[in-house]
Amino acid sequence: MAHEAPASRLVFHMSATERGGSAGRSDLMFLRTALLVLKKDFAIEVKTLEILVTTLFFAVSCVLVFSFAFVKEGQAPPDAAAGILWIAIAFSGTLALGRTFERERYAETLRALLLAPAPRPALYVGKLLGILVLLALDALILVPLIALLFTAPLFARPLLLLLLLAGGTVGFAAVGTLFAAMLIRSRTRDVLLPILLYPITVPVIICGVRGTAALLESPPDETTAVMWLGILFALDVVFLTLALWTFEPLMTE
Amino acid sequence: MKKSFVPLAVVTALLFVIAPILIARAPYESEMLLIQKIFYFHVPSWVAMYCGLLVCAVGSIWYLFKGNRVADRYAESAAELVLLFGLNGLVSGPLWARKAWGVWWQWDAKLTSALLLWLIFVAYLLVRKYGGPGSEKLAAAVGIFGAAVSPFVYVSVNIWRTIHPKTSVVPDIVKNPAKGFAAPLLVSMLAFVLLFVLLLMVRVYLAAHQDALDELYLAHED
Repeated sequence: MAHEAPASRLVFHMSATERGGSAGRSDLMFLRTALLVLKKDFAIEVKTLEILVTTLFFAVSCVLVFSFAFVKEGQAPPDAAAGILWIAIAFSGTLALGRTFERERYAETLRALLLAPAPRPALYVGKLLGILVLLALDALILVPLIALLFTAPLFARPLLLLLLLAGGTVGFAAVGTLFAAMLIRSRTRDVLLPILLYPITVPVIICGVRGTAALLESPPDETTAVMWLGILFALDVVFLTLALWTFEPLMTE
Repeated sequence: MKKSFVPLAVVTALLFVIAPILIARAPYESEMLLIQKIFYFHVPSWVAMYCGLLVCAVGSIWYLFKGNRVADRYAESAAELVLLFGLNGLVSGPLWARKAWGVWWQWDAKLTSALLLWLIFVAYLLVRKYGGPGSEKLAAAVGIFGAAVSPFVYVSVNIWRTIHPKTSVVPDIVKNPAKGFAAPLLVSMLAFVLLFVLLLMVRVYLAAHQDALDELYLAHED
């Protein structure tokens, strides 16, 4: 072990000089690390498209199951589409979170990532961006599908819907990425992730569902949607700040 | 056990003796009459639950950033008390609702959000129980997020128009002691908060002994 000591000191020294640059340089380093993690996840995913295809199929089956519960005489209640959309996103998001980190656990690659001389919050941001891309692709298919199946005027206010979806997925994924990363060490992670995630992200889901439902009214109720959007963004700020703040101590063993 | 335990226990016991007398003497509320008196039990339960939430959050932050085991014991004990006092509120609420609103459970914002907050702390304890080694840190994150979500849950009451008495009912009562509602409410609140402190002390004492025992076992095995 003794001969390894100089090497580790060297690594520490290198990282210390790299971090010691100007504030602008360390910001750039943070961004580069986050994008590298995203690029890595993207490169693995495009080979098989495993997570995207499976979660998307799961989301579509969710939509079908819920349509059996809500549709009566060929018609769904007017704001059912909003609820179904958000439930499908939340459920498939949980699945995507679990799979993404299962991949990291399988070959202990998360440990390797954490050992890298990079700011840890950057790793978190990288993983978060990966989940967000997946959820965005999910939503890209789900929104037209639900609009079609339930004849819901989801595209009446496209910008507001886009903002609601963005705010909702960021809030959901911010908490989800943190918890999925922590749960990697736990034996019961499969069941604990939804148990932890749903109660804490319910305010996000409420804002998303009520905001979307307001858009589905005719004419669309813009003031209500904007109000929910405001709460949603406030929640996002709280969740992101807390996650960035706690990621470092949580991932330290 | 701390020296303050016995005097505190005596004061709490006294308050629990006085409170029913004051509640019995309090005037009837003009609309709900006798049934309104659940209020003196229901509101203090929630106050004690929020105390637990606060202690759990502070303990979690302290533990996560300083690695202090004592803080973790406080967080765990407080979470268990959140469960207990929350259950008290969740049981007394529907009993009151059945008489006042005619239904056991109304999906109104305050009820639903209280149930949600309570569920977060059930999740906290589930993580501690089934998370395996290292789950204390995980649970600490749940405690911090749970406390951070609670103001959003609280704000939602004022946004949604609900049939629940507005949050301002309690301050109103405290401001107008002439009506005779304030004294019993304050006494029962104090009694519940003191009961919370006592239970917390006992539970932390127990947790410290559990830890000591675990360490002795480990030392014996080595």
